Amino acid sequence: MVIIKKYFPLFVLPTLAAFTASFIIPFVMGIYLSFNKFTTVENARWVGFDNYVRAFSNKDFLNALWFTALFTVVSVITVNIFAFLLAKALTRAIKGTNIFRTVFFMPNLIGGIVLGYIWNLLINGVLAKFGVDISYSAKYGFWGLVILTNWQLIGYMMVIYIAGLQNIPRDLGEAAEIDGATPWQTMKNVTIPMLMPSVTICTFLTLTNSFKLFDQNLALTAGAPAKKTAMLALDIYNTFYGRVGWQGVGQAKAVIFFVIVALIAFAQLKITSSREVES
Amino acid sequence: MARKRLADRVLFIILAALALLFLFPILLVFMNSFKTKFSIMGSPFTFPNSETFAGLENYAAGIKSAGIGAAFMRSLFITVFSVLILTLLTSMTAWYLVRVKSGVTKTLYNLFIFSMIVPFQMVMYTMTYVVTKIRFNNPVGIIFVYLGFGAGLSVFMLSGFIKSIPLELEEAAEIDGCNPVQKFFQIVFPILKPTAITVTILNAMWIWNDYLLPYLILGTSNKTLPVAIQISMQGAYGSVNWGGFMAMLVLAILPIIVFYLFCQKYIIEGVIAGAVKG
Repeated sequence: MVIIKKYFPLFVLPTLAAFTASFIIPFVMGIYLSFNKFTTVENARWVGFDNYVRAFSNKDFLNALWFTALFTVVSVITVNIFAFLLAKALTRAIKGTNIFRTVFFMPNLIGGIVLGYIWNLLINGVLAKFGVDISYSAKYGFWGLVILTNWQLIGYMMVIYIAGLQNIPRDLGEAAEIDGATPWQTMKNVTIPMLMPSVTICTFLTLTNSFKLFDQNLALTAGAPAKKTAMLALDIYNTFYGRVGWQGVGQAKAVIFFVIVALIAFAQLKITSSREVES
Repeated sequence: MARKRLADRVLFIILAALALLFLFPILLVFMNSFKTKFSIMGSPFTFPNSETFAGLENYAAGIKSAGIGAAFMRSLFITVFSVLILTLLTSMTAWYLVRVKSGVTKTLYNLFIFSMIVPFQMVMYTMTYVVTKIRFNNPVGIIFVYLGFGAGLSVFMLSGFIKSIPLELEEAAEIDGCNPVQKFFQIVFPILKPTAITVTILNAMWIWNDYLLPYLILGTSNKTLPVAIQISMQGAYGSVNWGGFMAMLVLAILPIIVFYLFCQKYIIEGVIAGAVKG
């Protein structure tokens, strides 16, 4: 393997160069700039934790944090319940399961901006009958985003649940049935415990997807009315590009955002690896 | 048994209704793309009639004025070349990182993994600055940026697979006098094919649909399709040409759906493999 080592410039350098320019340097600069006041990167001036203080006392940011958290909780619960029910239905031997699977999965392939405008057309078309539109109330925007996210993610999670359900040995359910368990008891004591790995994966996938939502948010509501439906990613974007002199605060918000996402990823790693030890 | 069959029939009807509900938003956009521009907003649910049917007018007008054609071709160019380069170069990198054991390769591998959990907002401002500074803010340079951003997941998935390839194969090739380049292209890369396809599909869907990165780097002068869609809505303030807009949405959706119907098996498997690992 000593010979391979000499081939570093050919095998690694191109990727590494791109990775360094578009990720490593920007990441390090980003951390540094979150402690600076600047309008262009060149005129940065050290201000310590000032940006973080301003971020946490910024009404828009706190609202976005709350809105995002609430949206994430509702989405995680609804998406997973619907996805599980669909998976359960599609693992029964009925005709057309393949076509159903194809259809339910399809929205997942469409990009966030397009998804947002599709639902913008649909929701506004319905609300027009009542003489309002989606920017009328933050509640409309909230539930619009929940519906959109459900539409997008249910099929995806469903496919993971189907794989999980098919991995459960059939005799387990049959044994429970022979022992006189009701369908509900079988579900509660056999199916769901056996399905826990899939539940963990799907929970974290919906969690991070909902938490980091940006394109759909921008296209569906763009934060209207009055930034009340702006989620964290959109609020960070608005702070960077919508307010001159607030770039440092935007970067500080981005670092906070990163820390939260990293904590979620870390929790997932802990849970997944502890389960692997058990089995 | 009869009761079970009845239950299955009811279930089938519910599922069929749900499937229609899932398809409805997409069909709605398709339908409206054939209506005249003033008959869309306000009454999106009515079918086109002889008065409101526009034929392919929206597509023709959109290609001419909104530059959809150019945006479509640009998206296609960027997506195709980015995924080809990503798959090829990250395969090479992943193989090197797995086969050469050193502090450097271990650190690099961990950095690639780390980049997967960092949200885009964390680096978007500074990345735009760096990329503009080195003058990669054009449709060719962005391919390089996608290589950097896609490297994390691609290297991770590919090296996971490479670890399972038995070393004997490569050693045999070495005895036969292959140098590392020949060894990689003649032995390793063919074996990598299933994972390479998965990685290619995942990256293709991401890049085709990506909005913020091309918007920040290429701006409005070199619009990709998602950027063109967003711009024509954001910049219009009420004077949106809804007909052309619907045509644009259709053009953004159609290639993916066709692609999906042709290689559905790979896509579903790929998305799940990416999910479970990522």
